[in-house]
Amino acid sequence: MPVVEKRQLLSAEEIGRTLSRLAHEIVENSGGAKDLALIGVRRRGVPLSERLAKQIREFAKVNVPVGTLDITLYRDDLSTVGSHPVVQSTQIDFPVDNRDLVIVDDVLYTGRTIRAAMNGLFDLGRPRRIRLCVLIDRGHRELPVEASFIGKTIQTSDTEIVEVRLREIDAEERVMLVDRVS
Amino acid sequence: MLQRLSHLLGTENLTSEQIAFILDQAKPFQEFQRHPLKKLATLRGKTVAIAFFESSTRTRISFTTAASRLGADTMALQAESSSLKKGESLIDTVRTLEAMRPDGIVIRHASSGAPEFVAQRLEIPVLNAGDGTHEHPTQALLDALTIRDRKGKLEGWNITILGDILHSRVARSNIHLLTKFGVKITLCGPAMWVPRDLEKLAPGVRVVHCIEEGLRGADVVMVLRVQTERLHQPALAPDEYIAQYQLTPARLLLAQPDALVLHPGPIVRGLEIDSAVADGPQSGVLEQVTNGLAIRMALLYHLIGGAPADAPHPAKDRANASD
Repeated sequence: MPVVEKRQLLSAEEIGRTLSRLAHEIVENSGGAKDLALIGVRRRGVPLSERLAKQIREFAKVNVPVGTLDITLYRDDLSTVGSHPVVQSTQIDFPVDNRDLVIVDDVLYTGRTIRAAMNGLFDLGRPRRIRLCVLIDRGHRELPVEASFIGKTIQTSDTEIVEVRLREIDAEERVMLVDRVS
Repeated sequence: MLQRLSHLLGTENLTSEQIAFILDQAKPFQEFQRHPLKKLATLRGKTVAIAFFESSTRTRISFTTAASRLGADTMALQAESSSLKKGESLIDTVRTLEAMRPDGIVIRHASSGAPEFVAQRLEIPVLNAGDGTHEHPTQALLDALTIRDRKGKLEGWNITILGDILHSRVARSNIHLLTKFGVKITLCGPAMWVPRDLEKLAPGVRVVHCIEEGLRGADVVMVLRVQTERLHQPALAPDEYIAQYQLTPARLLLAQPDALVLHPGPIVRGLEIDSAVADGPQSGVLEQVTNGLAIRMALLYHLIGGAPADAPHPAKDRANASD
């Protein structure tokens, strides 16, 4: 799909600072990180959750467990997605019951991914609480989903796409707004 | 990305990339079997016809459970209770099923080639659950997954298949699959069930009739079921078979020390295999069953889940869908 870059939303440095702020917010608002666990949504939620856990370990001296969740099997649009999605593993090595979970993803858009993520988590047990942490909230919700921890909120139009590049997965580190070329 | 398969009829015509892809796709479904709630909505609203024209309990239950855990409904056709007994032809039975609009058909039939016959005439994905003496591809795939998990890889092993190879679709599917990964296959059993001609099935296959030679140095031993109907012939009595070909602990020592023992089931203890071996640490029999469920879920998901391969990409949810 041909796209053209419109503007940069976050530089590598700004991503770093944003994550640092989010890590502090999470700890401040979790009553001391007891029972806290982060769940990274594949793909880019995974390195974000790992970085947050690392920061929390460094400044708060608490080891917050991290799990990864693949939501492909829980999507509600499976029969309309053109190219056949490949399913990957969910890996959550700790029990989910009574946990204070924070789902971590790169972009919050329609909310359907997060709905699917919650379905996936409920299949594993009964968490005490689930909250959401995202790097970018781009609006256009189609379901009643909200994030408690937001890196940056931006206004976007339907044709625009928020591209997140993270060094663990991509060759670079930045967030851009791109537009579809008609 | 891999071209989506339209049917799963056999392993002979799959590439090693397609096989590796299916094994990889089974991994999340292996984990899924450990969830407390084993129910997905992935194939919700889809119907899978389970058409078994030959009796089977294990494979049928495995496919039915796989469909069910994916959230699909199943339509069951069993030979004993079917219109087939009243003389209806295969294609009419299948067309009747198709008129009820299932999203996929799983078919087991006593005639080799029946699934392909059906696939050529229907618009929906067909999965071969065993046809005559031809292929049983999901068995070979679950065997391959078990080997890959237990031994770390699939490539290059020495694998012995023991028993009635001539009449075994399990053996054929395994031979076609494993030889694509550079595996050396030894077929071992009585001459009338393991004719030398079988060496022509695929590269890297040899036939031996002496069990000691057949087991020596094997990394994996696949024991086939013995159909007792075939043992009543004067040529080979059950006692003779046991004396010459039963896999005993002593004979297993001839294989590699960490050799994996597999059996497609059902096991007849004391006939083709000794209980101590079937229950021993080298046996992968129970993992095979769990892996069968994972493989079948992965295949049903791949063949039936998602839009038809030529559907257009919807604009909105693809962008920023977690990739």
